[in-house]
Amino acid sequence: MSTTRRSQRLEAEPLRRGLAAVARYGLLLSVAAIIIIPVGYAVIGGFKDSAQLTTDPIGLPNPWVTSNYTDVLASDSFWRQLLNSVLIAAMSTFLVALFSALAAFVFARRVFPGREVLFTLFTLGLLFPAAVAILPLFILVRDLGLYDNPLGIALPEAAFGLPLTILVLRPFFHSIPTELEDAASIDGCGQFGFFWRVLLPLSRPALATVALLAIVFSWNQFLLPLVMLSSEANWTLPLGVTNYSTQFTTDTARILAYTTLALIPALIFYVFAERQLVGGLTSGAVKG
Amino acid sequence: MTAALQSGARTRRRAVGAWATIGLFMLPALSLYVLFVLLPIAQAVRFSFFKWNGLAPLTEFVGLANYERALADPVFIGAVSHNVLIVVLSLALQIPFALGLALMLNRRFRGRAALRLVFFAPYVIAEVITGVVWSLLLQPGGLAEGALEAFGLGSLYHPWLADPSTVMLALFVIISWKYFGFHMILLLAGLQGIPRELDEAAAMDGASRRQAIRYVTLPLLGPTLRVSVFLSIIGALQLFDLVWVTTGGGPVNASNTMATYMFDWGFRRFQLGYGSAVAVILFILALVVALAYQRFVMRRDIEGAVTIYGG
Repeated sequence: MSTTRRSQRLEAEPLRRGLAAVARYGLLLSVAAIIIIPVGYAVIGGFKDSAQLTTDPIGLPNPWVTSNYTDVLASDSFWRQLLNSVLIAAMSTFLVALFSALAAFVFARRVFPGREVLFTLFTLGLLFPAAVAILPLFILVRDLGLYDNPLGIALPEAAFGLPLTILVLRPFFHSIPTELEDAASIDGCGQFGFFWRVLLPLSRPALATVALLAIVFSWNQFLLPLVMLSSEANWTLPLGVTNYSTQFTTDTARILAYTTLALIPALIFYVFAERQLVGGLTSGAVKG
Repeated sequence: MTAALQSGARTRRRAVGAWATIGLFMLPALSLYVLFVLLPIAQAVRFSFFKWNGLAPLTEFVGLANYERALADPVFIGAVSHNVLIVVLSLALQIPFALGLALMLNRRFRGRAALRLVFFAPYVIAEVITGVVWSLLLQPGGLAEGALEAFGLGSLYHPWLADPSTVMLALFVIISWKYFGFHMILLLAGLQGIPRELDEAAAMDGASRRQAIRYVTLPLLGPTLRVSVFLSIIGALQLFDLVWVTTGGGPVNASNTMATYMFDWGFRRFQLGYGSAVAVILFILALVVALAYQRFVMRRDIEGAVTIYGG
């Protein structure tokens, strides 16, 4: 008896499944549209002039105006901001990856009293937002003579990136067999030699992941540059975008062009790094 | 005998060497962390007891006056309530939404990878860019108004970001746009860690898909879900960038958060003592919530995590 009920259910199944698939695609595609539309609005809006944008905010540009984009690309300030952003991201990523790797090495592979307390102290840092410390951080950076200096941003960024980076690297370093370390030691390799020549090369995937996370963190950082930088020559892209948007409040098309160009490096980066980013975020979070 | 002596000396040397290594390896990270994270937080606590403009010597001790002032300021209380509102909305709407999408993307079908790529993309789009584009899109004459008019629904348009009664909801939409993909990715990874056989076994036992989700998938997804909820709460309490760029805390303080309020007093009006008191309140709130959450909700997961790391 139960078998007949079951076969009836199986007969109705294809139709039901078909409908469910249609509904699922419909929903997923509308969510995708909601993600894409604002970005598309910025890209296409940049090809309009302000008159077009107000008379026809949703249509395609007619004619296509390229001057907004070419003006930005011809300006020194955009390229300088791009360079500053790259420079700061490179410095903070290098520092956080190197320092975290050194610390994670002893956290993962050495036994010493107070190890877990120290480790907890670092992981607690996940709770300390830069916003809480920003006022004293400003005083500190000023007193160190790093105000209006890229290092004044790269150093705090690296410091606030330590907790997550150590958290991701530690289990990875732990999983590398002790026998390898013994073998290296028998071959006359010192501890630093093992760390540098064996452990780091073996940990390339984990290092790539934490580096990518650090790059995104630094690239999008707004509060630190906002507080620590004054002269225009040192601005990063996010500062440039906010400034541009207040400077040309009425010329929406120009702002959209600037924003689009500021967004492109991140999107290119994302297309290449998505897999690794996803892997990194999930390896840290699912366990912890 | 000489061999034993030698090996004793070697062990001792190795012990000293081990300590030196631990110190040397730990030193860079620890000093950076102490200098730029722990020290500033301690300094914030110290500054919060003074009336200070950031330049004059730190002499005007005012005790708890800054705290009393903040807690008595309706604007600050309003800012706290806005943070709480974002926490509640995120937990009630954003996370379930992310979970729903994660469940959908956890099955094999054409276009899955492309959809995942699109949904997660806002994670790399800077808060500043998100804020600027959305405020242009929502402003009068922007895409939102144009699109509504094109569908003959022009009367539905409202300058949401400029109206104190709707600004928080508009911000919540923008926040969700930026962050739901992040939570979806976390939850998706959690789902992929659940063995498929369990679902099949449930189906074999006659469970509908809905029942399988309710009684098999969700309980097993618990740890990931709790991490996602935790990150969402902490993120909402610290909210700054998006709000600052999109509304600056306005109109008339209707979208202030604790962090924008602190920034305003600290860097716009140069009352660093008062700003620090606000920062400390924010810090304590985040810490209490985090510790309580870990203590009562995540305890089992943490125990699991410690064995992973400590093992």
